[in-house]
Amino acid sequence: MLDATPKKIVERTSGGMINPAKTCQPIGAMYAALGIHRCLPHSHGSQGCCSYHRMHLTRHFRDPVMASTSSFTEGASVFGGGANLKTAIKNVFEIYDPDVMAVHTTCLSETIGDDLPTIIKQAEMPEGKVVFHANTPSYQGSHITGFSNMTKAMVTYFSESTLLEKEDRVNLIPGFVNPGDMREIKRIAAMMEIPCIMFPDTSGVLDSPMTGSFQMYPEGGVTLPELKKTGDSKLSLALGRFASSDAAGTLEKKCKVPAITLRTPIGIKATDAFVMALRGAFAMEVPRELEEERGQLVDIMTDTHFHFHGKKVAIFGDPDIVAAMVEFSLSLGMQPVHVLTGTPGGALGSGMAGFEEEIKELLSAAGLNGNVKSAGDLFTLHQWIKNEPVDLLIGNTYGKFIARAEDVPFVRLGFPILDRSVHSYLPVVGYHGAMRLIEMISGALLDRQDRDAADEDFELVM
Amino acid sequence: MAMTEKEVAEILGKLPSKVQKNRSKHILVKDCSQPDQVIEANTRTIPGIITNRGCAYAGCKGVVLGPLKDMIHIVHGPIGCSYYAWGTRRNKGRTEDPSENFLNYCFSTDMQEKDIVFGGEKKLAATIDEVMKIFNPKAITISATCPVGLIGDDIQSVGRAAEERHGIQVLAFNCEGYKGVSQSAGHHIANNILMDKVIGNSTEEKAPKPFAINILGEYNIGGDSWEIERVLKEIGYHVVSVMTGDGSYEELRLAHTAQLNLVQCHRSINYIAEMLETKYGTPWLKVNFIGINSTAESLRNMAQYFGDETLIRKTEEVILREQATIQPRIDQYRKICDGKRAFCFVGGSRGHHYQGLFAELGIETVLAGYEFAHRDDYEGRSVLPTIKPDSDSKNIPELHVERDTERYCVKLTPEIAEELRAKIPLSNYKGLNIDMQDGSIIVDDLNHYETEEFIRLLKPDIFASGIKDKYVVQKMGIPAKQIHSYDYSGPYAGFGGAVNFARDVSMAFASPTWNYIIPPWHDQPLLDGQINEGGAA
Repeated sequence: MLDATPKKIVERTSGGMINPAKTCQPIGAMYAALGIHRCLPHSHGSQGCCSYHRMHLTRHFRDPVMASTSSFTEGASVFGGGANLKTAIKNVFEIYDPDVMAVHTTCLSETIGDDLPTIIKQAEMPEGKVVFHANTPSYQGSHITGFSNMTKAMVTYFSESTLLEKEDRVNLIPGFVNPGDMREIKRIAAMMEIPCIMFPDTSGVLDSPMTGSFQMYPEGGVTLPELKKTGDSKLSLALGRFASSDAAGTLEKKCKVPAITLRTPIGIKATDAFVMALRGAFAMEVPRELEEERGQLVDIMTDTHFHFHGKKVAIFGDPDIVAAMVEFSLSLGMQPVHVLTGTPGGALGSGMAGFEEEIKELLSAAGLNGNVKSAGDLFTLHQWIKNEPVDLLIGNTYGKFIARAEDVPFVRLGFPILDRSVHSYLPVVGYHGAMRLIEMISGALLDRQDRDAADEDFELVM
Repeated sequence: MAMTEKEVAEILGKLPSKVQKNRSKHILVKDCSQPDQVIEANTRTIPGIITNRGCAYAGCKGVVLGPLKDMIHIVHGPIGCSYYAWGTRRNKGRTEDPSENFLNYCFSTDMQEKDIVFGGEKKLAATIDEVMKIFNPKAITISATCPVGLIGDDIQSVGRAAEERHGIQVLAFNCEGYKGVSQSAGHHIANNILMDKVIGNSTEEKAPKPFAINILGEYNIGGDSWEIERVLKEIGYHVVSVMTGDGSYEELRLAHTAQLNLVQCHRSINYIAEMLETKYGTPWLKVNFIGINSTAESLRNMAQYFGDETLIRKTEEVILREQATIQPRIDQYRKICDGKRAFCFVGGSRGHHYQGLFAELGIETVLAGYEFAHRDDYEGRSVLPTIKPDSDSKNIPELHVERDTERYCVKLTPEIAEELRAKIPLSNYKGLNIDMQDGSIIVDDLNHYETEEFIRLLKPDIFASGIKDKYVVQKMGIPAKQIHSYDYSGPYAGFGGAVNFARDVSMAFASPTWNYIIPPWHDQPLLDGQINEGGAA
């Protein structure tokens, strides 16, 4: 497995990627757009983009992922894609009847410089229907940038400040997480009796139930009236600064809704921070049930600490998820020795700077000094592991090749997970999510211990 | 339950008039009384229509080049294109020396904004140099993505310069995603360059063993090619190369030494088959290794081609033994499948190939079609002279090969060739339409709207298609089988594959999981009791 990867690290300066740890903006934009109720994402580019994104999202969620495309041909690429987009808008509303069409660009339409606002303005569409857009050039950032850009577009297009006094309500911007996570974040807010608007919200869209009939637009998703009302909310919580802080910041500027950026609430500290932020802003006591969940989590952490304490771990994936997971693994007493994201950190404006600094700060506070890289690839991660082996690898499905090559236990976390199911329904966020992560981590480490144990060391109780 | 033209017209009647006009040419109701039904294919999908089609890059790098395991495939473009074609197609491959197998690797120049503005040629050259330094592969391919063509990066000259620097072949493919109307354009682009630059690029003149063949258009999804080769080798064939499943650069170079080319997927590789015949005089035989009867027939046709008594005898022996082994198991599965009805909509050949296997399980195919095929894949190659090139197909360069004066070798006398052509599909493919039942539906580039409508009307028991349709259909309570990736199973080809397919399809029907869709409280009253006549007692 990956036998051509040498242990010896030679400096690479070409800027090319070997086994990437990111993909391109449009898929993130497509995913975000699916979090609007009755919205059809539209890919303004060649057919292949739309096909690839739908394929990949479908394999992760195992649910229908509907989206349309401008089907560029060579002619459109030379003369501009305006005609294609106008035709697409007309056809989409007539045939597929969404309430909203969320257009995102591709490297193709960005390179030729299609002016989307003008094209959309000129397009024919039925009364009451809406088309909005986000620029998502594939040659900048990553899928997380695309998710962020589409989420920001929801604010620029729809959020409105209509009242003198803000309403007692929080905007929750969950970031690129699973519908199961979005449900859990909303559940925590509901437990605290704080009204919320979550956007985007793919729960009920990409974890929709089996009913025996196909609904092109399932029940879930944030509605346009709700998006509009985000401008009248009292607070925005951006969960994960790479995926969510741009939207929250834009909303602050546009509608004067104060924005707080927090880590994705993975692990005890980040969940505490989320709960404390809600408690502080709304002066609501933390309910007994939630405190009980937290107590259960700590009970599990202390009771099982010997399963994971001191274990060396490599963590890779999307920056918000990775940062939170690094923090949680430190809470568990583990040692993150290799930390990598494919998303570039630093070049993309205020909220995006310094992934490496953020992680190094976490590590040094714990007295650790590991390999940390943004805009990295899995070839680099693999070489790091060859040079300093780890007890556990945490990351998306692509990690399984490294895990096999180096015979390392592997816990799947993040996007995409293409080879296991159910993950998109169950949370990794919140106190419950943290319990689930411990179960996965402990299970992986103990399974390995069992596998490698001599018969006389094979234990009934562990 | 056959459909009528009127019912099809009703479905299309709900579409905008331009779409309706376009789509009506892509849909046929099979009418056996009309021998030459014409279908429109390989034309543009209308923007906004939810199609399953991909792009030229997907056809070139994803389909044809990707499975060549001992080459490094660098994708020149932003990260996504290379990422999505990384390990997603299930084309398996193994090498004696595992460090020469690059199938689990993904290489991209990861173009950034500055590369779009100032050009990406230098970055591409630097990436090639780096790949050489770390991996030292035998050969490299470069595949272009959309922006590359637009900004005018000359990947051909970057490739040529790299060849000089490193002394290996560096092949550049201008397969920008916007070319053509589907993956099909990419197949053609890939075929041309492999034919021009790799096949025959060797000093070997003769295959080391008799009955030397190439298998074209077989991509070893789920291990298909290995199951086919198992039988072929036992019968006595020498497989020179497979294009391109578990394929290798080294073997591809020797492809000119084969005495016969088998064509499994006609759509993606018929270009090479034809060019090999023109250049080296090697005829091709349309085969279909999906399904028991089709596999047996393909093997018999091959044996007839070579006309060797031992080969013919061995062929019959193997067929007999294999059939005896699998038939009892197939019979068991058939009990579950018999009487069911299928939709079979796949890429460019499987929409046809799987119908025989379905039939062997007692399943009738009531709707079939292709995502990116051309008219000849539906109507047969006899229509080729009548297909007029349009502006999209003209953008794909044609490679004109000529007879190789030294290597051209007549494999069959004209008399024998003519005799064989009457009996076996030698350098010929009759297409899908001819095998469809009267009243069944043939759809080109089936879209989401039509999928829903045809399911509503025809109520199939199983839907054979791809991942993008799969859960749409399953939400309706109908099992869907991925025929692109085999739902992570396989092989489905050959004799052994037929059993796997039968098992998987039966599993889809027999799974008790479908029984729980309706919650028990939906069909039981909340309160259980009797209403007394004359009101409450």
